[in-house]
Amino acid sequence: MTTSGLLIMISSVTTVVCLWSWCIYKVLSQPAETEHLQPVELHTPDMDQPE
Amino acid sequence: MSQQKEAWGSRLGVIMAVAGSAVGLGNFLRFPGQAAQYGGGAFMLAYAISFLIIGLPIGWAEWAMGRYAGQRGFNSAAGVFHCLVKQTWSKYLGVLGAIIPVVIFMYYVIIEAWTLGYTVRFIRAIFDPALRFHDVAATGSFFDTFVGAAADGSAFTFSLDTMLPWLLIVFALNLWLIYRGISRGIEKACQVGMPVLIVLAVVVLVRVLTLGTPDAAKPENNVQNGLGYMWNPSKVKVIETNDGQESVIKEYVGPIAMAQASADVEGKANQKVIELSAWQQLQNPDVWLAAASQIFFSLSVGFGVILVYASYMRRGQDVALSGLTASSTNELCEVGLGGLITLPAGVAYLGVMGVAGKGTFGLGFNVLPLVFSEMPMGSLFGAFFFLVLFLAAVTSSLSMLQPGIALLEESLQIKRHASVTILALVTAFGTGFAAYFTKDLKALDTLDFWVGTFLIFVLATAQIILFGWVFGLEKGWKELHDGASIRIPRFFKPVFKYVCPAFLLVIFTMWVAKNIFGFDFAKGSGGVSSYVKALFVEHDLVSWLSIALIVGMGLALAMLISISPTYKTKPTEQP
Repeated sequence: MTTSGLLIMISSVTTVVCLWSWCIYKVLSQPAETEHLQPVELHTPDMDQPE
Repeated sequence: MSQQKEAWGSRLGVIMAVAGSAVGLGNFLRFPGQAAQYGGGAFMLAYAISFLIIGLPIGWAEWAMGRYAGQRGFNSAAGVFHCLVKQTWSKYLGVLGAIIPVVIFMYYVIIEAWTLGYTVRFIRAIFDPALRFHDVAATGSFFDTFVGAAADGSAFTFSLDTMLPWLLIVFALNLWLIYRGISRGIEKACQVGMPVLIVLAVVVLVRVLTLGTPDAAKPENNVQNGLGYMWNPSKVKVIETNDGQESVIKEYVGPIAMAQASADVEGKANQKVIELSAWQQLQNPDVWLAAASQIFFSLSVGFGVILVYASYMRRGQDVALSGLTASSTNELCEVGLGGLITLPAGVAYLGVMGVAGKGTFGLGFNVLPLVFSEMPMGSLFGAFFFLVLFLAAVTSSLSMLQPGIALLEESLQIKRHASVTILALVTAFGTGFAAYFTKDLKALDTLDFWVGTFLIFVLATAQIILFGWVFGLEKGWKELHDGASIRIPRFFKPVFKYVCPAFLLVIFTMWVAKNIFGFDFAKGSGGVSSYVKALFVEHDLVSWLSIALIVGMGLALAMLISISPTYKTKPTEQP
């Protein structure tokens, strides 16, 4: 393996590992998603009374 | 308009699903072969540029357009196109987004079956060493029998050493997972499968990088030369001229490659040594075509899968970071794992010429089984490696069914279970066709060429033009950043609008010139490609039946779209 080949290999692998690690860190460090929580359905006693 | 009932369970889930869709056999088998054949380190420069101006933009465009249409009740590619363009023709163009993945599934599941069969073969070899592969001829012969390459119908034999039982298993597994739905099926499978795949691949990588020089009698066969063959930016080759035809007969790697090559050709009048620098290789259009194509197919852009997956995202769910994370996961598997495992292992045992120009199947199912058989504890590591390929394949094939499911649910307004049943029947027919006509793998090869390559180019080009010019760059840019936790650099704006479509059109034109009209960029001469010749010169029945399958499916889906009430109403602007 030549020196230039070694440099290209190291820079390529380092780039993809760093990019992936940063992305995963960003995804995992975001606040937990809340959008899948169902909206609260309010149910008050006056709703049961006949009109 | 269909009601959106399904959705992803978590952001990491959808990222793993898209990454799982992208990571496939190409990462471990096609990429190393292409990189080494087209310039090694020089190829990586073209590859990195292609990643930035094709891979990322098309991926992001698909994520943004998919989520936008999903909010308005459309999940299929036809629905997404109808929602964005609002013209009658658009939904028919969008049909490509169902034809491509479903037809690819029909033959991809066969290759998936091979990987499972080889995994089990290596597990059996742990307990019975007689099952190891011993030489190149025997390995090739086993593969031909396993896949039925000798004659049509010869794979339809029920044995552990033929693909049929494994095909039935993987077909059923795919349908079962897809039947369970987006969240409980696809997402769960990818959330388990992807981490296992990466861990196993790292284990195999450590084994390969510590192989050193396995045979002291052949000192040139070592891991370092394998890495050099893959990554060196300059190449030393011996060219032989016979009857005016030049061909590469040997390639040299290592610090004294030039001296070795010169000594070997001394006294041979018809042989000469050439050294190609990175710059010289980058002037070859084939290098750019290979690099761009690899990025394109590897990231699964243009398949219609990301478009459909993103349509199940909720409003405000991040698409910019999700797209980047899925793409980077694919690159990690491709460059960081595939680029360090496959060729170094092959060269360490068989030398550079033992792996050069073998192609995806040759490398994966002829070279590597032999390599693992010769390696210490090779049966175990062989089982690990083929399990990696199997996991990569199954997470990809799963994604290919969802676009078809989405189109059936949306156009016929039926539930998932009914759409899975219809799709199971259609794909069983197509897979049966490709599994029966296995002589020289003709059906598989023809379907892969026209659908897995040609139509993907067409759909990807349509998508990026749609994003930049029809949907509108500003609107698309805004959609891309809605809920995003990262800002995409502004230089991507002209890339979306001008650079990517132009580069894609140039690459597509070059691809058509080379692969359909048989144009040779190195010699500057043309001809007709073998695929065109098979259709119009040889009138090959299997090639024509393959085309009939594709066209028939296209017509059936177009008819479905034309009568469906879903696409009669005008899509709303508001979600």
